[in-house]
Formats: sequence, structure tokens, C-alpha cells
Amino acid sequence: MTSTSDSSAEQAAASGPMLAADGTPLKKSIARALRMQKLRALALIAPLLIFILVTFIAPIADMLFRSVENQIVSTTLPRTITTLEGWDGSAGEAPGEDVFAALYYDMFVAAEAKEHTKLGTRLNYEQTGISSLFRKSGRKLDDLGKDYQKPFEKAAKDLGDGAAFHALMTGTGPSDSALLESTRARLEALTGDSMAGEIGFAPGAEISALLPLTAAAYADFAVFTARVDGDAPADEDPWEAVYTALAHDLATPGTIEKIASYTGPGAELLQAAADVAPSLPDYRAFFEDVDEDWLDVANWSTIQTYAPNYTSGYFLNAIDMQKTPDGTALRDDDERIYIMLFKRTMFMSLVITFSCILLGYPVAWLLANLPMRTANLLMILVLLPFWTSLLVRTSAWKVMLQQQGVINDVLVWLGLVEDTARLIMINNQLGTIIAMTHILLPFMILPLYSVMQTIPPTYLRAAKSLGATNWTAFWRVYFPQSIPGIGAGSILVFILAIGYYITPEIVGGTTGTFISNRIAYHISSSLNWGLGAALGAILLAAVLLLYWCYDQIVGIDNVKLGG
Amino acid sequence: MAALTPVKPTPASFYVPVVAAAGGFAGIFVGTAQGATLLGLVAGAALLAGIALLLAGALSEKEKAGRWGLFVLMALAGFTLGGLMGGIIGALFGWFFGWFIYWLSTGRYRQKLVPYLTPGQVLWHYTFRVICGAIFVFLITPIIVVMPLSFNAQDFFTFTPEMLRLDPDGFSMKHYDDFFTNSDWQNALWNSLTIAPMATLLSVTFGTLAAIGLSQPHVPYRQAIMAILISPMIVPLIISAAGMYFFYSRIGLQGTYIGVVLAHAALGIPFVIITVTATLVGFDRSLTRAAANMGANPTTTFFRIQMPLILPGVISGGLFAFITSFDEVVVVLFVGSAGQKTLPWQMFTGLREQISPTILAVATILVALSILLLATVEILRRRSERLRGMTPA
Repeated sequence: MTSTSDSSAEQAAASGPMLAADGTPLKKSIARALRMQKLRALALIAPLLIFILVTFIAPIADMLFRSVENQIVSTTLPRTITTLEGWDGSAGEAPGEDVFAALYYDMFVAAEAKEHTKLGTRLNYEQTGISSLFRKSGRKLDDLGKDYQKPFEKAAKDLGDGAAFHALMTGTGPSDSALLESTRARLEALTGDSMAGEIGFAPGAEISALLPLTAAAYADFAVFTARVDGDAPADEDPWEAVYTALAHDLATPGTIEKIASYTGPGAELLQAAADVAPSLPDYRAFFEDVDEDWLDVANWSTIQTYAPNYTSGYFLNAIDMQKTPDGTALRDDDERIYIMLFKRTMFMSLVITFSCILLGYPVAWLLANLPMRTANLLMILVLLPFWTSLLVRTSAWKVMLQQQGVINDVLVWLGLVEDTARLIMINNQLGTIIAMTHILLPFMILPLYSVMQTIPPTYLRAAKSLGATNWTAFWRVYFPQSIPGIGAGSILVFILAIGYYITPEIVGGTTGTFISNRIAYHISSSLNWGLGAALGAILLAAVLLLYWCYDQIVGIDNVKLGG
Repeated sequence: MAALTPVKPTPASFYVPVVAAAGGFAGIFVGTAQGATLLGLVAGAALLAGIALLLAGALSEKEKAGRWGLFVLMALAGFTLGGLMGGIIGALFGWFFGWFIYWLSTGRYRQKLVPYLTPGQVLWHYTFRVICGAIFVFLITPIIVVMPLSFNAQDFFTFTPEMLRLDPDGFSMKHYDDFFTNSDWQNALWNSLTIAPMATLLSVTFGTLAAIGLSQPHVPYRQAIMAILISPMIVPLIISAAGMYFFYSRIGLQGTYIGVVLAHAALGIPFVIITVTATLVGFDRSLTRAAANMGANPTTTFFRIQMPLILPGVISGGLFAFITSFDEVVVVLFVGSAGQKTLPWQMFTGLREQISPTILAVATILVALSILLLATVEILRRRSERLRGMTPA
């Protein structure tokens, strides 16, 4: 209160809001103090939150993005995709000449940038055989251009010369900047590198109108040469595709007449080329010649199906389904592995969780009921494995379980097992279950122990004194009170088990591996990142669901480490 | 257990059959090992029944002498049968049965139990303990087994006959030599030792600040923030690794030292948050107010009042973060390149290709390290609880 006199305080209280020491209303002042406190707390948390968002959450988001991202088709074959839009695969006919023409120029650039094999690999996940089709075609693309280049060079030697061709394509007067910009954008999308900057070439607007395909093909060549190879386009001989395009343009009705009246630089070269009077390139026949599979409707359907920038294809693949022209369908029986792997991961995690309960419950009970000093000593036996390196424990189990390992040696020595019939306990499900039960057991014992410690032992005695048998007293009185511990431990163990990678990889062989091993395989060996990401996203969803359950049952704040 | 049962000797009709049964059980194994199961069973039972009668009957007053006698006799018998190792096993048998016979015959086994238990309940009580003992053996054996194997003179992952005979020729330090001289292992150790402390430093700094922020009374979206900060511990490592691999290659951190350090710091943060918030739960806020009241500014208050009190929690959180990074292999496999090959990575490749038992030498060293860490954390936890005025558990 500003005034010390009681009367004025009463007055203030009666007439208006209560005031703080500095004269502001108390309510406002408290709100401000609270806001300050919140801000200070947030300021302390902010650095870490940002750190985690950048180093951890962003990567996870990136992975989720990768599981639906599918830009490779539209960046590698942009013009093909556009022309393919009108094609209907259900008619059973391969696409028309215009699609093959677009494919030829797209593939040519992609082959120069060595991107066509990547696309081939990508589409091969969906349709077997596309990868080799793309690789084979990439090698042969030059042939078509060479067939046209030779007669042109014969007619005028300068048509094969980089500088002369450069002058011809540059022309005079205004340049066609729209063509140049669209070429830059397309190549940027294709290679992922920036194409901005001086390239030493601008297609003439007049020549671009006269020879549209040639100008586009030459612009591809010029931008690529300047930005990717780092050479001046004028010093390099044009790509073969440029000659195919020139032949195409010249064979287009009306072009030759216009050339006669063209007066720009290289007009006489152009006239010489026109005099060759090349035939219209038959792109479709060319591709058919390279590989008949180009006329296969299934291949084209695949390209069309996976043309959009985002796809559910990887997710469908991850649950053993695939996209077909008639919608989604299950894969063939022999190609279904992921559902089986998910089921196996679930089943084995459940078995591991259950064996952890079975082994952890008695130990936790004993620890909770022994005198403190003894319990603490025995606790070391639980905590030591908990603190020991995972790889140490996994290698220990490898040593124990293998056929020439410790357990088999002891069994043979005791005569329980014949030397010739040693047990196979490793590189199968049994090995994974034993090793992972051991590794995860402390995660079950610790929460169980902390719950059991809070159950008063007098309850059991009371139950018994009321006439309950040992079993009834345990089952009706003690066990229900320990269920929160079982719940907490089980979810924790299950969450950890479901995503385990190292132990199944080392002791699991082929039948004891988890879905994580498959994810790792797709990311590091098969390089099918999208499928790996989709499998990961499904696993992540399962884990987050369990995490939410854990939060509801135990509360994240109550996670304890090391007892 | 406060209620004690008066000890009174049990009749021979009780302890002789029980000891004979135990002897028969042990005899089965010895017999099978020699190729005569039934003979072993009968001989073991008869032998132990005789010993039980002798010790508990004639020597019941001279327990110490009886036990020592059995111990030495069994050790000698074992030694003549199976050399040094046999001697040790025999001595263990002797020690166990000596104790077992007197424990039963004097009735001491009931001493710590409530008097009203039925024999069945007593039996269950001890059966339960044996079961728990077996689980403890399961927990600890794998860790114990690697230790002697790491001194193997051969390049095997198994015990050689020389080792079983305790022949000094069967043991050597060569795998330790290999670890300390081989440049692959030394590089891996060096990488681990440069990555883990940096990652720990990062997670402890950020984690402690955030934990202090989180323990303030009014934090908006506390639950959501907590869930995000704990998530690196919950999300399967393979998913974190895959995501980091994609994202870090986009921003050019894949295959760099900084990339691995950042990844490991992120993985260690939940542990720091959990341990430090646990320490802060019991923190008395009036202490900081008292300090402020006496004219200390927030920085001084933090370093002179709050920090010393939460230091044990911070250090054990740091140790958790350190061991997380030091022990981590999945993320470094993906985020790191050959230049960041850490110790666990080297062990992982070694295990997959089963190169040499040097792995076991490394494992033994790591077990020693974890014992050291465990002891430190335990001491810190108790100190922290004492500082906060709780009775150490």
C-alpha cells in the first residue's frame, strides 16, 4: 500500500483495485511478475530446446519427409512427365512419338549429369528391370545424334565446330531469356546445384523462334557445360542431341522456307544444313531398337504412377503393398517380408518383455523385502550390467552362446549334451531373446523395485492374519499394488526392445533380426532411403504411441535412473 | 525380520536325507562327466549321507574343525582326480557341504524366519532365494566370463584346455598388448576420448540450464517441452541415426567430428535433464531467496548456493551423458566416417567379423571403467541426498 494509514487502504480497497508498492494495480503487478518468471524459465530452457530441435527433431522430420518425397522422377524427366499426362495406360498401347521425343532430350541431359541411373534405381524398386533399361539407354543416346551429325558436318564443316555453332545460336538482336531461365531451373532441379551466374551464352530470340528444339537442346548444353563442367560453351563441340534437335526442326514443315529468308550470323551454315534435308527423327523406333522394353506398358505405367512429387509408394511398400494402375494391391506372396518382419519384431519384443517380467519380478521382490544393507549390495549386481557397455554384454553373449562357447562347453563337460550335438543358441531367435532379456532386465527391475519399495509389508501380514493363504495374500493384495511397476517396466522394456539394432545384428543371424536391421540395411546397403524412412516412420509411430502410454501411466517426470 | 525362532538341533532323519539328496544331485553331474550317471547319483548320495552323519553326529560340537576338515579333504580328492581345477572345485564343494550340513543339523536355517512358518513355507522361502540367486547369476555371469577369457593365450573366444587346467602357459597379456599397440584400436580409443567429453560438456551445459528452467514453478507447456527433451532417449537409435544421416548430409555435417559430437550431445541430454531435475525436486527455494535477501545477485546465488547443492546431480548426469556417448555405436556408424571410428564402432566391426579376442580385453577394460563410474554415481547420489537433508537410501 502506498499509504500507511489504514483508512486510506480501506478507501482504496473500496473505491478501486488494490495497489502494489509502485502504484500499479496489484493484479497487474502479480501478472507481470508471473510473466517475468515464465520468461526467465523459458529463457533458460530455450537454448536446449533450440539445440534439440536442430540436432534431433529436424533430422526426424527430414526422415519423415524422405518417406513420402519422390521428386526424382519429375526432376529427371520433367518434359516426359508433362507429355505423358494425357497418356492412358489401360489402352494397352505404349505412349506416342511426342513422349519419346521428350524422353530422348530429358534422358540426354540426365545421362550427361549421370542422374538417369539414380532414377533407374529408384523406379526399379517398383518395377524390376527399369534400372538396366535406363542404364543401357543412357549409353546409346549418342548414336541417334551421330547419325545426323555426320551428314551435317559433311555439308558444312563448321556445323561441327563449337564456336561457329555458338555464334549461330546466339544470333543477333534480343535474346530469349525465358528459355535460358527455364533451362537453368530445370538443371538446378536435376543436379541439385545452383545454375546461376554467367554462362557465356544467350539464345537469340529470332533463332529460338526459328529452331525451337535446337535452341532448347543447345541451351541445355550451354548451361550444363558452363556451370557443371566449368568450360565456355563456345570452346566445346555441341552435344549429339543438338543435331538430333536440328534435324527435327529442319524436318518440321515450313522451317526450310523460313531459313531461306534468315540473315543472321551463320545463315549460310543453316542453309547448308537445310540443304541436307534430314528426315524427321523416329525417337520411338530408336528407343525400341535400344530395348524393346521401352514399348512395355507396365514400365510407362510405373513412370506415370510415380510422377508426382510426393508418393505413398514407400509406405505401401513398407506394408507389402504396391501401387498398380487399378489402385493399391498386395504384393506377390514371395515379395512380402515387411509385415512378417513387423510381426516378428512385435512378437520377439513381447517375449523379451515377458521374460523380463518373469525374471525381474522375483528379484525386485527380494530386493524390496531384504534389509537395506543387503539389498544395496545385491543392487550392485543389477546396476553393474546396467552400466556396462552394451557391446561388452553383446560380445559376452556371443562368447557364451556360440557352438564352441562357454554354455555348450559346460553342457558337454557335464555330459548333458553330446559333443557332436552342441546346441545352436546363436544366430537365431533364441540367441536374440536371451541376450536382449539380459540387456534389458535392469530396465524392468529398477521401476519394479521402486514401486515395490512403497508397498507396506504389513499389508501382506494383515491379509495372512485374516486367513488368506500365501498365494491368496500375494495374488489379491500384493500383486495388484505392484502392477504400476510392471506397467512402467514393461512399456520401457518394450519400447527399448522394439527398436534394438546392435544385439540382433550380432547374435540374431537371419531369423532373429528386427525391423531396425532392415532399416539399417536399406539406408547403408541397398540405398533405398525412401523405404528405409517409411519403415522408420511406422516404427516411430509405434514407439511414440507407447511413449504416450508411458507418459499417461508413469509420467515422464518420474523416469528414474540407477534406482 | 525381528521375530527370531529359537535354534534347536534337528533330528538325523531330517538332515541326512536332505544332504543325501543334495549330494546325489551333485553326484549326477560328476557322474555324467565321468560317463556313469547312475553310479554318480548313488555314490554322491551315499557319500554325503555318511559325511552328514559323521559331522553332525560325532563332530557336532566341533563345527570349525569339521568344516575345515571336509574342505581340505574334498580339495585333496578333487586335486587327485582333476588337477588344480579339480582341487578348486572340490574345495568349493567341501566348503558348501560343510556349511550346509551344520546349517541344517543345528536348525540355524530357521533362525531368521518367523516361528509359525510351516515346513513347506520354509522350503519355499529358500527355494525362492535359490531362484533369485540363479537370476543374479544370469545377470552377472556374462560380464564375469569375459574377464578370464581376455587373458587367453590363443586367439579363441573359448576356454582352452590349458586355461581349464590353470596352466600359466594358457594365459597371456597379448590381447592387452594388441589393444595398446595396434593403431586401429588406439585411434578408436582416441576418437572416443575426444568425442565423448565434448558431447558431455554440451549436454551438461544446456541440460543443466534447462533443468533449472523446468523446475521453476510456472513454466508454460512444461509437459510438451519435457516430452521433446526426453525424446532422444525414447526414439529408437536406428531412427535417430537414419534421420541424422539424412539431415546432417544435407547440411554438410555428416562424417565430421562436429556432427558426431552434436548427435551424441543430443542423445545424452535426456539423462542430464532427468538426473538434474530429480536433484532439484528437493531443492529448498528459500535458500536462494535468503541469498538474495542478503544482497547476492542472481549469478552469485547460482554459483555459491544453488550450484554446490545440485552439483552431485549434475555430475552424475554428466557421467550418464559420457557413458552414452562413449558406448554409442548406431548413430556414429551412420553420422561418422572412418575418421570418427570410435571404440564401440571398432568393437562392433570386430564382433561382426570376429577378428580377435582383443575385443574381450577391451571389454574387460570397459567393465572396470563401468565399475568405477557406478561407484562414483552411487557415492554422488548419497552425497546429494545427504546435502538435501534426506537419509541416504
